[in-house]
Amino acid sequence: MFRFRVRPVQLFYLILAILLLGASTAWAAPQRMHIMEGFLPLPWAAFWWVVAIPFWILGFRRVRQIVTARPELRLLLGLAGGFIFVLSALKLPSVTGSSSHPTGTGLGTVLFGPFVVTILSTIALIFQALLLAHGGISTLGANVVSMGVAGPLLAAGIWHLLRYRTSAWLSVFLTAMIADLFTYVVTATQLALAFPDPLSGIVGSWLKFITIFAVTQVPLAISEGILAALVFNLLRTSAEVEFQELGLIRSVVR
Amino acid sequence: MKRPNTPFQNAPVALYLLSAVVVVVLIVLPFVVASEAEFAGADEAGSEAVVSIAPDYDPTWIQSIWEPPSGETESMLFALQAAVGGILIGYFFGYKRGQGRTVKRS
Repeated sequence: MFRFRVRPVQLFYLILAILLLGASTAWAAPQRMHIMEGFLPLPWAAFWWVVAIPFWILGFRRVRQIVTARPELRLLLGLAGGFIFVLSALKLPSVTGSSSHPTGTGLGTVLFGPFVVTILSTIALIFQALLLAHGGISTLGANVVSMGVAGPLLAAGIWHLLRYRTSAWLSVFLTAMIADLFTYVVTATQLALAFPDPLSGIVGSWLKFITIFAVTQVPLAISEGILAALVFNLLRTSAEVEFQELGLIRSVVR
Repeated sequence: MKRPNTPFQNAPVALYLLSAVVVVVLIVLPFVVASEAEFAGADEAGSEAVVSIAPDYDPTWIQSIWEPPSGETESMLFALQAAVGGILIGYFFGYKRGQGRTVKRS
């Protein structure tokens, strides 16, 4: 049977080109995402901080465990973090006429599990909050819960459900797409809880926020799913050892 | 118990091409569909929605510690963020590629 083989390098260039294209269009009009500084009242901001704390502890433990017990995985950990950094810096225009950015958390979840992603997302969110006034310190807890906890946790569930039932690229695609989308569903919920509509209540304002955040996010989530699947496929050939260690490959057939 | 080996089979090349096309279309489409729009951030729209729902709410109870003085600085910092991520990703693949070569030679 004839099978055309794509070399990993070629694929990498393809991804780079796509990212660059996205970057050039998005940077024409630099914009922001997440819940902005001050846009949650103090009690809610504090509440989401408290929710985030146990996940930070779990995440730190997990990261420390990886770094000390299996130092050879550090590079791959860097890659997962890098993926989140790149994707959350790309603010892409969407069909609703506003811009948003993907989260990049799906790939990390597939590789290292949800709690490691909590830490990686927190690093990206702190960077953006302090240097870019994008998101905020008061809303950091809420943004970590949506991007680094809720999205990755649901993604981990989806991944474990799908991984042996369908092909790798499809599982990764769906996992990353859902992690991305769900992040903004949670963002909308957080805002709706804090700001119920005076007439239609929490449901009313939830519908309002979900239209703004999640609908904008649909095309971006699809893009993110595709990119995550592409990178995952690249990793399968170049990171066989790491994949075996993480239990992503049962036995390597040579 | 034998699990099917399908999860890690190579995806066909057509799939790569198709996905590349889909991504490009998704990036270009907004400019066609919503050509009048300014593509402001969804969080700006979100903040506006907060103001429309709760007009009395004062979001200035806490201010950002530091804000980029201009759009250019902001773009630069976002570019920096993407660059850091890109380096991490590129380093991994470069390292692996070099490692593969060394193993072959020795």
